[in-house]
Amino acid sequence: MTAPIEMTPDVAPEAVLAGISGAAIEGRSLGQIAWLRLRRDKAAIAGGVFVVFLLLVAIIGPHLVQSPDVYHANLINPTFSMPYGHLGGISAAHPFGVEPVTGRDLLARVVVGAQYSLLIGLLATLLAVVIGVFMGLVAGYFGGWVDSAIARLMDVFLAFPLLVFAIALVGVMPSTAFGLSGNGLRVVLLIFIIGFFAWPYMGRIVRGQTISLREREFVDAARSLGARGPYILAKELLPNLVGPILVYTTLLIPTNILFEAALDYLGVGLIPPTPSWGQMLSNAVSQGFFQIDPMYMIIPGVAIFLTVIAFNLFGDGLRDALDPKSR
Amino acid sequence: MIAFLIRRLLATIVLLIVVSAITFGIFFLLPRLAGQTTYGLATQYVGRNPTPATIHQIEQQLGLNAPVIEQYGRFLRAIVFGEHYRSGPVVAYCPPPCFGYSFKSELPVWPQMVSDMPVTASLAIGAAALWLIGGVAVGILSALRRGSIWDRLSMGVALAGVSLPPFFTGLIALELFSYKWSIFPNVQYVGITQNPLLWAKNLVLPWTVLAFLYAALYARLTRSGMLETMTEDYIRTARAKGLPERTVIIRHALRAVLTPIITIFGMDLGLLLGGAILIEYTFSLHGLGLFTIEAINNQDLPEILGVTMLAAFFIVFANLIVDILYSVADPRVRT
Repeated sequence: MTAPIEMTPDVAPEAVLAGISGAAIEGRSLGQIAWLRLRRDKAAIAGGVFVVFLLLVAIIGPHLVQSPDVYHANLINPTFSMPYGHLGGISAAHPFGVEPVTGRDLLARVVVGAQYSLLIGLLATLLAVVIGVFMGLVAGYFGGWVDSAIARLMDVFLAFPLLVFAIALVGVMPSTAFGLSGNGLRVVLLIFIIGFFAWPYMGRIVRGQTISLREREFVDAARSLGARGPYILAKELLPNLVGPILVYTTLLIPTNILFEAALDYLGVGLIPPTPSWGQMLSNAVSQGFFQIDPMYMIIPGVAIFLTVIAFNLFGDGLRDALDPKSR
Repeated sequence: MIAFLIRRLLATIVLLIVVSAITFGIFFLLPRLAGQTTYGLATQYVGRNPTPATIHQIEQQLGLNAPVIEQYGRFLRAIVFGEHYRSGPVVAYCPPPCFGYSFKSELPVWPQMVSDMPVTASLAIGAAALWLIGGVAVGILSALRRGSIWDRLSMGVALAGVSLPPFFTGLIALELFSYKWSIFPNVQYVGITQNPLLWAKNLVLPWTVLAFLYAALYARLTRSGMLETMTEDYIRTARAKGLPERTVIIRHALRAVLTPIITIFGMDLGLLLGGAILIEYTFSLHGLGLFTIEAINNQDLPEILGVTMLAAFFIVFANLIVDILYSVADPRVRT
């Protein structure tokens, strides 16, 4: 970080004073201050870098690895159905080893799994944020019965046993619907179910912030100039809420990724042979692989862990940077 | 206080009705919006290899063609008064509280859920005690020694704790402690009345895994709450009065920190009592969570609906209890 005033011996004090009173020093915006704080937070930066790496893996990775669906029977010991060699058959050709029984390449399955995990996690978060911000803004700004209705609705949503509900819903849906079928339908369904149940948290935060901003002078000023509700919401309130929205979005993504992995683990997520991390862990437990070939369980588990912790680190850092009181 | 209790109780009943209506509505409307026919739905109610005639009979009997409101009314009536179901040649009576009748297992749903409840309750309550004490203690110590090695270490572990899926930690625990070192072999549920020692011993692993996840969360919440509270004016006042630091922390700060924690605790415990799905599945403990998964795998709609309702009821009641405790601790909320 650079010091606000460069003190070098050959500069006369007058020049420094001139610098202070003149236009040479610009004020820092809140965003700049937050960025400076964030840059100093090594853990947050590490998390951010890893998130970028994950996004790259998810976008270009699947084109670089081998097919995740090809069976390699020659790598499997037929007597025990387990991969030959140590650590689940790790070799140069298969850096993460191969799957027991089928011999499918684990690196390819983890990379394609990352793609689905991030796709569903990010889009579900987007949906939750859009609903949550809209509901929170409307409830907080208009108050009165609108506020009570939305606040009650959020209470009801929070009173739902999420996981039970999500798995039950996936269970009762027909295999073809909305012009989609198979895995495409599942992906859409997962995004909507996760996103639809995750919005109340965002809604509460936005509502609280809106209520405290509503009475501020700049809103009164806008109103006295003739601005109407929608304009005030979009142009006056929303820009002031970017900070908390950004922080809670970042912290919602890992929650949703964990949720999706849990659904895969319980067998109501993506449909095999589409690879997913949760499903690999599920195979490890249901077919007893974890006792004989622990690597098969460790690799997807660590993948989930690293993804979630990276988003959490970055989100925590962002929150600390934008709101130093919470440090 | 009495007026407050009555008001809260009424609000709870309203919330129960709304929650059950939404649950019911979603389960009956959504499959239809997605193009499911009533015949298709009836198929999900009947046992294995049904004839079309049986399916039609079920379709008629359950009134699947009737408007949603009427069906919801029947569902509520069954909970209060019980219901007779014709299952093949025999008429089965489902006594109140009738949370539906499973045509696949030919059993009412409620007794099945009751027999699974002790497993879930043992799991949830034991773990809750562990994580509440552990999480809050770690959080307070971290906040008081902010920046110390202890703080960094425990917060690092807590961050890992909230980032690890419980089914992964559960599998690792099983691999190491059950399989490799055989410290807790054969994790399975034994009734507390049958053999309290074995009951506790077999639950040590599930308790620890479940409590680790929540303790991490609570430690983080407690720490940030504590840090914020310690900057409040009334803490400075308490110190200025010359109170010992111990009293300031325990009598003044902790009270403010714990209230939001207790609220979340009530919600979390209520949620778990409806089924600790991930942990039960990982450790093969037959509680409400595993019951739910089996119901879904069998496409047994009455069971799915019944257990979802029950889980929602648990959360609503947990909220009620928290509200009442709150009003005892802080009389201002009674207004």
